[in-house]
Amino acid sequence: MKKVTVFITLKEGVLDPQGKAIQASLHSLGFQEVAEARVGKYIELQVEDHENVDERVKEMCDKLLANPVIEDYRFEVEEAVRT
Amino acid sequence: MLQTFDISPEQIEAEQLYKEMGLSDKEYDMVKVILKRQPNFTETGIFSVMWSEHCSYKTSKPLLKKFPTKAPNVLQGPGEGAGIIDIGDDQAVVFKIESHNHPSAVEPYQGAATGVGGIIRDIFSMGARPIALMNSLRFGNLTSERVKYLFKEVVHGIAGYGNCVGVPTVGGEVQFDDSYEGNPLVNAMCVGLINHDEIQKGIAAGIGNTVLYAGAPTGRDGIHGATFASDDLAEDANKDRPAVQVGDPFMEKLLIEASLEVIHSDALVGMQDMGAAGLTSSASEMASKAGTGMEMNLDLVPQRELNMSAYELMLSESQERMLLVVKKGREQEITDVFEKYGLQAVAVGEVIEEKIFRLKQHGGIVADIPVDALAEEAPVYQMPSKKAEYFKEFQQMEMEIPVVTDYTEMLGKLLEQPTIASKEWVYNQYDSMVQTNTVVTPGSDAAIVRIKGTDKALAITTDCNSRYIYLDPETGGKIAVAEASRNIVCSGAKPLGLTDGLNFGNPTKPEIFWQMEKSVDGMSEACRALGTPVISGNVSLYNESRGKAIFPTPVVGMVGLLESLDHLTPSYFQHEGDLVFLIGETKAEFGGSELQNVLAGKDSDEVYSGKAPAIDLKTEAKRQTQLLDAIHHGVVQSAHDLAEGGLAVALAESIFNEKGFGVSAYLDGDMTVELFSETQSRFLVTVKPEDEKRFTEAVNDARQIGVVTSDSTYSVTGNGKKVIEANVHTLCKRWKGAISCLLKSKA
Amino acid sequence: MKFAVIVFPGSNCDRDMYHAVKEVLNEEADLVWYENSNLENYDAILLPGGFSYGDYLRSGAVAATSDVMKQIKEHVAKGKPVLGVCNGFQILLEAGLLPGAMLRNKDLAFMCHQEALRVVNNRTLFTQSYVENEVVRFPIAHGEGNYFCDEETLNDLKRHNQIVFTYENNPNGSTADIAGIINKQGNVLGLMPHPERAVEAIIGSDDGLNVFQSIVRNWRESHVANV
Repeated sequence: MKKVTVFITLKEGVLDPQGKAIQASLHSLGFQEVAEARVGKYIELQVEDHENVDERVKEMCDKLLANPVIEDYRFEVEEAVRT
Repeated sequence: MLQTFDISPEQIEAEQLYKEMGLSDKEYDMVKVILKRQPNFTETGIFSVMWSEHCSYKTSKPLLKKFPTKAPNVLQGPGEGAGIIDIGDDQAVVFKIESHNHPSAVEPYQGAATGVGGIIRDIFSMGARPIALMNSLRFGNLTSERVKYLFKEVVHGIAGYGNCVGVPTVGGEVQFDDSYEGNPLVNAMCVGLINHDEIQKGIAAGIGNTVLYAGAPTGRDGIHGATFASDDLAEDANKDRPAVQVGDPFMEKLLIEASLEVIHSDALVGMQDMGAAGLTSSASEMASKAGTGMEMNLDLVPQRELNMSAYELMLSESQERMLLVVKKGREQEITDVFEKYGLQAVAVGEVIEEKIFRLKQHGGIVADIPVDALAEEAPVYQMPSKKAEYFKEFQQMEMEIPVVTDYTEMLGKLLEQPTIASKEWVYNQYDSMVQTNTVVTPGSDAAIVRIKGTDKALAITTDCNSRYIYLDPETGGKIAVAEASRNIVCSGAKPLGLTDGLNFGNPTKPEIFWQMEKSVDGMSEACRALGTPVISGNVSLYNESRGKAIFPTPVVGMVGLLESLDHLTPSYFQHEGDLVFLIGETKAEFGGSELQNVLAGKDSDEVYSGKAPAIDLKTEAKRQTQLLDAIHHGVVQSAHDLAEGGLAVALAESIFNEKGFGVSAYLDGDMTVELFSETQSRFLVTVKPEDEKRFTEAVNDARQIGVVTSDSTYSVTGNGKKVIEANVHTLCKRWKGAISCLLKSKA
Repeated sequence: MKFAVIVFPGSNCDRDMYHAVKEVLNEEADLVWYENSNLENYDAILLPGGFSYGDYLRSGAVAATSDVMKQIKEHVAKGKPVLGVCNGFQILLEAGLLPGAMLRNKDLAFMCHQEALRVVNNRTLFTQSYVENEVVRFPIAHGEGNYFCDEETLNDLKRHNQIVFTYENNPNGSTADIAGIINKQGNVLGLMPHPERAVEAIIGSDDGLNVFQSIVRNWRESHVANV
């Protein structure tokens, strides 16, 4: 079993109003050092072992998890810790 | 997590653990008498939620009996998920209001969202399609960051849930007063439409029939929510956080469609939603109402989390769940429908003859309780009542007319008060138009929803001026009902009935119980005078924070019927040259008024004092009847009731729309009284000049006070002198922008 | 002419769409559940608004991967019309039937009110009953209606006259004030505002009726021509 974590962010150049709101809010709380905030998504998948895990996950991202028009993604694959 | 298996019945008694769950010593003893033994942990939990105020109405029941609940057109009064009123053509309207105050104080987004979800389930579990949502909200003043946060998140929560399920939020009201600072009120009302032959009841009839559980699996969320709702908010409300449930409006939407599909099957016997006290209350109430018992195997209940105890399963308030009773052998027909919508529906038990609520888990019996002990025979208390000291003082006060020097500026200030200001910031976030029936969108006296396939429409409003009720609960209670009825009449509809959302402080305090008692007396009297029965309702007590109670807030949600859309009457002025009439005389009444609020200044302890405005219900009823007749005869162009801020504000609201009108009014007497007094039973009406005679013949107490102009100027001449002259656009801008401006400003 | 209104789990304007074509325009129409459906016999497909699959992940993303989309793509390939409104538009974008994507409204809030729109292209089968540059009022009701596309796509849209409706007072931050676009073939229209909520004066506007009338007129013309 593999644990796959997918990070999805808005592409550079796509306006991120949520990030802007967070940045403004942090500034008003006194965190002036925050130069930019970008909001993204984090998705955790438990995946059965498969010979081309990386390729399969890439396919999942392209087909569903991310929208290539506005989003970039990256992912990490690690051994799942059994509980 | 509570390790329930480790706690023995003896330990519960010895360590008085029942107290932590909300049972008193006396109640615990009653339980022992009923069971003829000590209750185990699960049973103690079951009794504590079923006997909580939220489920049993143990302190409010004696008061609720006072409400008139019957009328020839009432098909279902209080006692089911919601009340039902006949509207002809084999159709009926189903409605109810419900509070979600405590959860919203702790987690405002989810608290408000799940409040909306719960009230929608009450409606469709009756077999009705939900067609409109309303909400009545109360917050502290928009000066602290916490209050602003609560306000924004409650609105987001209502929008997030209501918009997704596709039921339009067509109106409501929001008021702001310090008494709600730590304990906001979130009351949601839902209205549904039903054909007579589709009416469902929450009954577990037919021995041997199958009990089906449908919808979301059960998790550990919201355990003891009903008890939580029946207690003061703790100093540190955040520590209560685990009690708050999370809503899934997508699941709710599927549940609506599936439930409204299964009602067409004669395999369905009864259906009820799992609301407060979850599986416990839905199951035991359904059996109690049918005079049967129920046995459930908890191992079969769909579970979201591992190792859930019987206690947790029975008390969870996980959202979007329904309980159905289905004819034995025909389960498949029902489960197929749920499956089509991707929902689980599983048999978890059966209806039994013995009037016992029996629960099994892991092969053993975990609860064995007489059904009626939980619902019908819950304790009822007659609480001590004591006339409030402040009330005696207020009644002695002489009314002084406040000093206002600049009437134009005062009008502007009043229009900026968040209670009066435009609520566009709020309702623009609600989908008010889905289902394409909304004829009058939020912002008018009453929302109007047409009924497709007929010429009829429903008028819906929520009202409650809690300042008046605080000053004088009985008079204020009458006003709450009368004002709601006024709003319905102004739209051209005939009031049908109401649902009450009673929000009060701690009823064990005699002065609070007195507020409850008196306001219910006042409301009941008004209901009788105006012919509006109470068909459903909700009680929320212990609305206090830091030992201080909220203003008594018995919200009235009223529904009226427009027999024909021809009767539809806008609240805005309609044509240049129309004559402006005021129905009703004006007296010097400022107790609880918005003027009193503005003049009190920020640091005053006691903002409101004196007597509430008087109300004579006979006069009220006569004026409402006459106005409605005049509307039905087609001689009224617009009608608007006078409320907070008096005539001055009502005139302004009547010209704040895209038509660009102005008004020129001429008044005599004390201008502060004429403009800002909040005397009751008054209406602002416009009439075409050619209809003047017909109008004044139909309506006794009307006098012309002005005309509608086209010059976008708000002008009032008092005793021959110009007392107000203002540009309508400037006024409107202040009124429209006030709330978003307050939300942006730094404390 | 026969319309199919596709119902996804979570669609909530399906009945409104059906009411508009069936009860107001008196055309044949069916509500078609997204599973096990056969779209062959329908002349036009309507994708209604709502929150398909709760709009979880991204608005319209899950519905866009459903089986029924294959049939819809075949229907499009045959040149038959498809109209997607609000969530329907979002589904068309996610399915790649129209270019671009939707972002959250610039003020981050859901908004619902009447909005003035300009019919910038009336030479489509969906807008032929409007006058060019006519300003109409449709309600909007969305939280993610901020249309986004890159410069290149925008130029492409302009070059092929694919921008059909624009906002007069851009409420949500959409690129180039875009409220509705059409595909190059001219048979797939997506728009955020709701024409089906503007089909009777009693509910605030009947300006949207021409969208449905245009579709019917186009079908009648081509149908008569074919006979």
